[in-house]
Amino acid sequence: MKSLILKEVDELIFGSLGILIFIAFFMGAVVAIQTALNITSELIPKNLVGFATRQSIILEFAPTFCSIIMAGKVGSYITSSIGTMRVTEQIDALEVMGVNALNYLVFPKIVALCLYPFIISIAMYVGIFGGWMAAVFGGFSTSADFIEGVQLDFIPFHVTYAFLKTLVFAFVLATVPSYHGFYMTGGALEVGKASTTSFVWTSVVIIVANYILTQLLLGQ
Amino acid sequence: MIEVNDIHKSFDDSHILKGITTSFQKGKTNLIIGQSGSGKTVFLKCLLGLFTPEEGTISYDGKIYTELSDEQKRDLRQEMGMVFQGSALFDSMTVEGNVKFPLEMFTKQSKSEMQDRADFVLKRVNLVDAHHKFPSEISGGMQKRVAIARAIVMNPKYLFCDEPNSGLDPKTAIVIDNLIKEITEEYDITTIINTHDMNSVMEIGEKILFLKDGLKAWEGTNKEIFKTDNETVTDFVYSSDLFKKVRQMYIEERN
Repeated sequence: MKSLILKEVDELIFGSLGILIFIAFFMGAVVAIQTALNITSELIPKNLVGFATRQSIILEFAPTFCSIIMAGKVGSYITSSIGTMRVTEQIDALEVMGVNALNYLVFPKIVALCLYPFIISIAMYVGIFGGWMAAVFGGFSTSADFIEGVQLDFIPFHVTYAFLKTLVFAFVLATVPSYHGFYMTGGALEVGKASTTSFVWTSVVIIVANYILTQLLLGQ
Repeated sequence: MIEVNDIHKSFDDSHILKGITTSFQKGKTNLIIGQSGSGKTVFLKCLLGLFTPEEGTISYDGKIYTELSDEQKRDLRQEMGMVFQGSALFDSMTVEGNVKFPLEMFTKQSKSEMQDRADFVLKRVNLVDAHHKFPSEISGGMQKRVAIARAIVMNPKYLFCDEPNSGLDPKTAIVIDNLIKEITEEYDITTIINTHDMNSVMEIGEKILFLKDGLKAWEGTNKEIFKTDNETVTDFVYSSDLFKKVRQMYIEERN
């Protein structure tokens, strides 16, 4: 089981690091540019660019947007790999041997995705860094103003809230695609359909869970 | 020995198995034949414990499956080996990894003991230089041999094979048939083979169970199938001109 978990960590976590860093960097950059372009009044402080970038990235873009991307990348991988095992009778082979196939295939993925907040924290850093790069080198803000904004009115609970969300999303990312792969019937065509359905449902569950968690954790 | 007593199995409105009673002897190759849709695969999956019949019992050396606890069922399954139609080898593992898998899951053997056992069974199925290849890198016949090696690595009491010859050329099919028969006799296993291959029926069918529309239509040996007057069996088994001629020659020889 230990080797299976490590294999899943490598596949699901480290295998997703590159794409998440890439997306987070440009996401942060675009948020900074959009915020700067929409500041038209002289009364609005210049540090708002850094402040808005930090809040957007930590609260929503890194945990939620990245999870939607992961539903496509990791979710479809999980559904198609388990679904292919189903149609080629590999799951039947496990069951005939007396192996609890659901536990053998899904549990290591759940454990591996417990490290998901780790890559989301990297995405947060990279996103804010991307915002700083775009703001400073694009001429939208000075480095001092941006950094002042990033440090302004920082509420540590927002990070806790983001990581709690991320943990829930990690569970969703491991279980919903596994369900669609494990209980699929048919052949190769149905594996493709199951991957698409899995992406849609994983995204829906993430978005609904995001709303509920935000209401519960941040609502008055 | 496996004894089946009046088993019924349905899916939604379709009644697939309509009361089959039979037994499969230890140390013999038992074949299940019948047209597509006759219930062969469902019957085999009931024997494997993958489907639970609504009525009737299946007992393995006197142990009735439905009366066993979950732990006893798990122990019993470890006494079963299965060769699937498409081999069902784990894509992510090498040939050696596939064969060692049951040992790693269910035994406390040391690495060298597992290696020795894997080497032994791979040699037994005449696969000596494919240890580190992945299933996608070997031929269909080799995949079947790996599947047989994986099925016998735990010294099973019961060996089940679902269409072991499908997709194989006639020569390789004979090799696989003979291998299964040799292993059955060598290890005194109760072997049950689901097949469409009439050559297997003639060559290795020590007991043949013919299913039609979810019912037992006939049972006997490969000698008896030449002599039977049961029209349902003869229509199916001797549907080709070649087998009609073979049967004719056999009857003339006997007379």
